[in-house]
Amino acid sequence: MDVNLYRRRRLTNQVGLTLSMIAMALGLFVLLWILFVLFKNGLQSIDWAMFTQSTPAPGSEGGGLANAIVGSLMMVGFTALVSTPIGILAGVYLAEYGDQSKTASVTRFMTDIMLSAPSIVLGLFVYAIWVAQAKHFSGWAGSMALSLIAIPVVVRTTENMLRLVPGSLREAAFALGAPRWKVATMITLRAAQTGVITGLLLALARISGETAPLLFTALNNQFFSLDMNAPMANLPVVIFQFAMSPYDNWVRLAWGGALLITLTVLFLNILARVFFRDKVQS
Amino acid sequence: MAITDTSPMSHPAETQTLSAAARLAVARRQQLQDKFFHALTLGFSLMVLVALMGILISLVVNAWPAFQKFGVGFIWRVEWDIINQEFGAAIAIFGTVASAFIALLIAVPLSFGIAVFLTETCPVALRRPLGTAIELLAAVPSIIYGMFGLFVFAPLFAEYGQPALQSTLGQMPIFSSLFGGAMNGIGILAAGIILAFMILPFIAAVMRDVFEIVPPVLRESAYGIGCTTWEVVRNIVLPYTQKGVIGGVMLGLGRALGETMAVTFVIGNSQRLGSSLFSPGTSIASTLANEFGEADDFHLSTLFALGFLLFVITFVVLSLAKWMTVRSEKSKGAKT
Repeated sequence: MDVNLYRRRRLTNQVGLTLSMIAMALGLFVLLWILFVLFKNGLQSIDWAMFTQSTPAPGSEGGGLANAIVGSLMMVGFTALVSTPIGILAGVYLAEYGDQSKTASVTRFMTDIMLSAPSIVLGLFVYAIWVAQAKHFSGWAGSMALSLIAIPVVVRTTENMLRLVPGSLREAAFALGAPRWKVATMITLRAAQTGVITGLLLALARISGETAPLLFTALNNQFFSLDMNAPMANLPVVIFQFAMSPYDNWVRLAWGGALLITLTVLFLNILARVFFRDKVQS
Repeated sequence: MAITDTSPMSHPAETQTLSAAARLAVARRQQLQDKFFHALTLGFSLMVLVALMGILISLVVNAWPAFQKFGVGFIWRVEWDIINQEFGAAIAIFGTVASAFIALLIAVPLSFGIAVFLTETCPVALRRPLGTAIELLAAVPSIIYGMFGLFVFAPLFAEYGQPALQSTLGQMPIFSSLFGGAMNGIGILAAGIILAFMILPFIAAVMRDVFEIVPPVLRESAYGIGCTTWEVVRNIVLPYTQKGVIGGVMLGLGRALGETMAVTFVIGNSQRLGSSLFSPGTSIASTLANEFGEADDFHLSTLFALGFLLFVITFVVLSLAKWMTVRSEKSKGAKT
């Protein structure tokens, strides 16, 4: 028996597995490091004024993020209203009607591309077809850009979740004479409910932190505004502008906003996972 | 006569025909509703295609003046002079590709390690929480990575990372120019490193998923003839999942090429072609983010041209990624 060969194999094994463990540790370390930095810099600026006052003018003291928080909520909320029905119905088509057809395959392929397409290009697109025509930035345009990002997420998760519904359930409903649309809406969609909600939450998490497409569409607004037809303040763009600014209170607000947005996004992600796990277990 | 004759008969017959007609009506109505629902869902799913076409068309239309003036040569012109209206995409393309390449160089081995750890050595109870933690790394918004990179990573990198690189790799003949120059923490290399940690979770997630679908019997046979864990991964799992792994890497590359905010914060935003990886550069996405607000007509058109190039590049990369993963799924189906 070749002892050297055995030793070398064991050594390779140990080195490989140790390196993989180090990689894992490094990944976790970066996550914890980012969270630590966010809490260290952001926690001090989260106070009552941040939620009640609007963004400060250059050089002025104090201020908060109220207009940006409200703007973000409005745009994300409207995006959810638009992309939920569109995404779910398109997902129903891919899973229930299209299945293996050519149209469905092409749509599926393109949806996957859109899922990872550079978000800044989506912003350019909305700028070209909306902002440039209307000649002003607006909250609606921002919402439209966000919808372009959210819809593919909803479509693909809805389709995948519908596919998890056992075929026997569909067959049982068909055997009772139910038409296809009733089977889709009342049987399979209902059975896949939690999965679909998971997809929606993930889509919301994805768009809450998106900055690039909003730069060209919603832009920013220094004042409190509920008008979706005008430039609208939103957390990501405010963070971007404030973080690069020379004013101390702006940078502090940027960190506060960064913490707020990260916690929201992580909370939505964890919520989505808890939802889905409950479903899988039950 | 006929009336009195049929009337007792007609009563049950009438309800029968009536109910048959009613049933037919219900069936017709449901068929109609079904057709409507089919058309509705089809319409919404086609919207994705329409949007994609719309993006391509609108980018081309808006970029037309730039392409008309510079032709295809726009792609390799090394010039970005806003005042004299001379534009070329080479600097931005170089920054985009270089930072994405550096990101892959770092992220692929790390993701592979993480996927191996999660599928082979990790205790079962920890698999879920640790996997979720890595997925959360993907959920952190890119602007947070940017702030982290600029305010936390860059100063540390300038103080420790860059001098260390310069005194080691920078001493070698080929690498000396790559790791030379001023060390202020930001630049193409820093952007690549931040990007690496952004795309790492995407690649790791794909790798973990494809590693998990290797049939247990293959793994067990290899262990049965005395393979070590590393040998099983190297000689069984990796060849079996090859296409899926490449698909995952391509997906990561697609993400890295199009990433905006993280890169904008740390790449330095300078329209110059430096020989060193420490020197500031620019990427397509960061050029767009920085200059779009102040751009006038023609400048705007060149920015659209850049956006079009970025979209085409990522489209090709993501299509390859998708094609690879689909093929890996198909061959998997054939084997089992």
